[in-house]
Amino acid sequence: MSRTQDVPSVLTGPSGGQAWSASVLGRHHEPVVFELSSPGRRAWSFRDTGMPDWDIDALVPAEHLADEPPALPEVSERDLVAHVSRLTQRNYSVDLGAYPLGSCTMKYNPKLCDDAASIPGLTGVHPAQPAEQTQGWLRLLVELEDVLCRVTGMAAATLQPAAGAQGELTGLLLMRAWHAANGSTRTKVLIPDSAHGTNPASVTLAGYEAVEVPSDARGLVDLAAFRELVDEDVAGLMLTNPNTLGLFETDIVEIAGLVHEVGGLLYYDGANLNAILGEVRPGDMGFDIVHMNLHKTFAVPHGGGGPGAGPVAVAPRLVDFLPGPRPALDPGTNRFVLTTPPRSIGRIHGWHGNALALARAYAYIRANGGDGLRFVAQAAVLNARYLKERLRDVFDFPYDEPCMHEFVASASNVKRASGVKALDLAKRLIEEGFHPPTMYFPLIVDEALMVEPTETESPQTVEALAQAFERVVAEAKADRGAAARAAPRTTPVSRVDEVLAAKQLRLRWTRTE
Amino acid sequence: MGHYVPHTDAEIAAMLEFLGLESLDDLYAHIPGAIRLAGGLDVEPGAAETDVLAAVGALADANRPAVGGLVSFAGFGAYEHELPAVVPALAMRSEFVTSYTPYQPELSQGVLQALFEYQTMVCALFGLDVANASLYDAASATVEALNLAAAATKRKLAWISQAVHPNIREVVRTLTGPRLELREAPVVDGRTQWPDELGEAAALLVSYPNVLGCLEDIPDAARRAHDAGALLVAQSDPVAAGLLRSVGSLGADVAVGEGQPFGTPLGFGGPYVGLFATRQASYVRRWLPGRLVGETLDADGRRAFVLTLSTREQHIRRAEASSNVCTNQTLIAIAAAIHLSWLGPQGLRELALRCARGARYTREQLLRIPGVEPAVSAPTVYEFALRTPVPAATVLERLAEEGYLGGVELASHYPELGEAILLAVTETRTRAEVDDFATAFEKALR
Repeated sequence: MSRTQDVPSVLTGPSGGQAWSASVLGRHHEPVVFELSSPGRRAWSFRDTGMPDWDIDALVPAEHLADEPPALPEVSERDLVAHVSRLTQRNYSVDLGAYPLGSCTMKYNPKLCDDAASIPGLTGVHPAQPAEQTQGWLRLLVELEDVLCRVTGMAAATLQPAAGAQGELTGLLLMRAWHAANGSTRTKVLIPDSAHGTNPASVTLAGYEAVEVPSDARGLVDLAAFRELVDEDVAGLMLTNPNTLGLFETDIVEIAGLVHEVGGLLYYDGANLNAILGEVRPGDMGFDIVHMNLHKTFAVPHGGGGPGAGPVAVAPRLVDFLPGPRPALDPGTNRFVLTTPPRSIGRIHGWHGNALALARAYAYIRANGGDGLRFVAQAAVLNARYLKERLRDVFDFPYDEPCMHEFVASASNVKRASGVKALDLAKRLIEEGFHPPTMYFPLIVDEALMVEPTETESPQTVEALAQAFERVVAEAKADRGAAARAAPRTTPVSRVDEVLAAKQLRLRWTRTE
Repeated sequence: MGHYVPHTDAEIAAMLEFLGLESLDDLYAHIPGAIRLAGGLDVEPGAAETDVLAAVGALADANRPAVGGLVSFAGFGAYEHELPAVVPALAMRSEFVTSYTPYQPELSQGVLQALFEYQTMVCALFGLDVANASLYDAASATVEALNLAAAATKRKLAWISQAVHPNIREVVRTLTGPRLELREAPVVDGRTQWPDELGEAAALLVSYPNVLGCLEDIPDAARRAHDAGALLVAQSDPVAAGLLRSVGSLGADVAVGEGQPFGTPLGFGGPYVGLFATRQASYVRRWLPGRLVGETLDADGRRAFVLTLSTREQHIRRAEASSNVCTNQTLIAIAAAIHLSWLGPQGLRELALRCARGARYTREQLLRIPGVEPAVSAPTVYEFALRTPVPAATVLERLAEEGYLGGVELASHYPELGEAILLAVTETRTRAEVDDFATAFEKALR
């Protein structure tokens, strides 16, 4: 039954997140910067510092001195600006429009946070400066740690991990250190079959064996199978909750009990923390270790794939194992200091973590406050729940529990009816002015489309996205996928040949081309 | 509160009605009540933009920044350089800042091409054939290099020079501890002393110049590594690469480095960018870590770029995984590529030359001070260690009172050097600043 007719009029209208007016000039390829190079042309200049102008030969021993400097491009500043500006016009972004890429939480990144992270008193601090000179930074980090612990229900956190995957490995090393300290050698870590691909890789790098936990018909951890897998050789369980299907693991208390009963620890993959801010905390669910993706939940911009930040928070019994050095307030002197916990696993990052990314998250949290963060989660879930309901007759929903901040649809019905794959629908959606959802993940859903609208898209944008999906699917059924397979035709390049790229493996520009 | 959630009350009511729900609370009704958070978060209420900026500004004011506050001679893996105006103006374009990993190549040609150009430049800096689209920082790049070497050689032993940055050595110990056997080679007078017997080594890890600023004998390290069937991993300073022979041409198999000097502020240590390159070798297709951008064609035969060898990432799902990295530092990598394009070959050489001249001048001025002597005698480029007749920590404290970040104290990492300070001089320091610094330095010894 289509729900299109039920949509209240207040939710329809022009949408701020539909980017099909985005203009891109021309459809020629942009030269690689090396192709713009002209020998002897330059953009660089340096001021006169008054230093003696000694020759190179006097400064570098001959056996170390290169005949020529590295072969970089030689361009004018004007051409460089034009080139890079044109590159920006060949790229989609959150600032252009909606980016409902499931699991990635592509919310709007407030400009306030850019400004906060650009303050010279933060950007100009050298990471090896003594603590007396970095009191402001240390206070910022301590306050951020405190609020992240309040959000997750944990006792302390390390801010060092530079990304979610590094946070995962950190958490697993904490797990390993804790078991070692208890004289226990365990070999297995349990991971659901719907888990992010990095989970098993992190487990292997931490020296454990990943054991897959099946999902049941609900899309949740199969409790019966889980009971069979839990034994005293299990170091712990890695779980995302809500899971990658966007579903809340409602048996979490029982799951936690089973793991703790055998002396294991629970690791919370914070990829989907945005769904539950202020509503339920990993610590209250029974988790012992929590990593957060500040670039998802706390609006640190994704930067084309990084930098992010992946702090790890822990329960009281794991605090002594955290990486050092840690910023802390010395109550005796009321000054901030760097300390290393007694049984620390050691450094994770060369310095203090991605500090300027942490400063952005700090500003975001202060702007939103406790109530604001809760409203963030509620609106994120509301948008996803609404969109899923709107698409009820458009796609299959093999796991049809109430979704949280995202949901996974299956385009297998479209494929059956018209032979059109999820990939083609995604490419066709681009022409409708939207970045496609995540495709073919999680692996347990056929023709998966994982959709996460986030809280910062207006109801009109979410509704426009629903209508775009409807049009694309109806068209695919009518023309047997002709338009979808030819898509996208509105972008700077048409469908890209990924097979050729892997075959020829051309990873750098060479002059002979 | 909720400055960035656009929903009006009327719209929320309409959406809830559409869903057959009474309240926002109902969205969470299926979650067991026992674990629901009663009363919301114990976190301060939200604040207006001006107030947030004022609060962060107050924190910034509580720092004494190396740039814009003190006159700095600190290096030790993080360097103050001039930032050309074009770099932030271009790198902070929101199309770069607010996009994600370019999974949809048709929508991401800008980021993909910028990364392809970046990869080409990293190859040029290191004299190698294949670069990835970056790692988190020098430390993570080093970890990944050792993991690659272990996977490629099917061995577990890595020899690490003690003249590799101590923080990087510690990160390597933490992150590879469960899988690799690490042994350290000592430093004698500024250079690594490799043992004659390397055993079943997967890798030798060396820095060029090393943490003391000294130039190591890379060809010798390469010979030793290759004779033992190991890979030579060289952490190469990309600024010094403007003057020095590339580590690739000297025999390194894998080069890693810290890209911070190109376009990224000190920022209390991050985010930076890990440079990573290697030879075109059989292990590349299977074990090269991180994201890779490759050139290809679109359906109309036009040049296009795309993330490639993603099937290689299937390895990260297996027990044999040698990496869990699934992102990179795109934005910082793009900033580095823009800065390197602005410099060009001659600009990079000029930059390195200016650093070397400043360092030579500073070193000479300081060595005139009675009691100050070189901590090691190996040749250096723009970073060097000096021994002081009074405790280094005291000297640095007194210099800070005079407005200087006088370098980094080495005693806690290299007690065998005695009271030693590591100083770096970049193109940012003027002769007048150095002259005044030398005066203050002499005073600080009294």
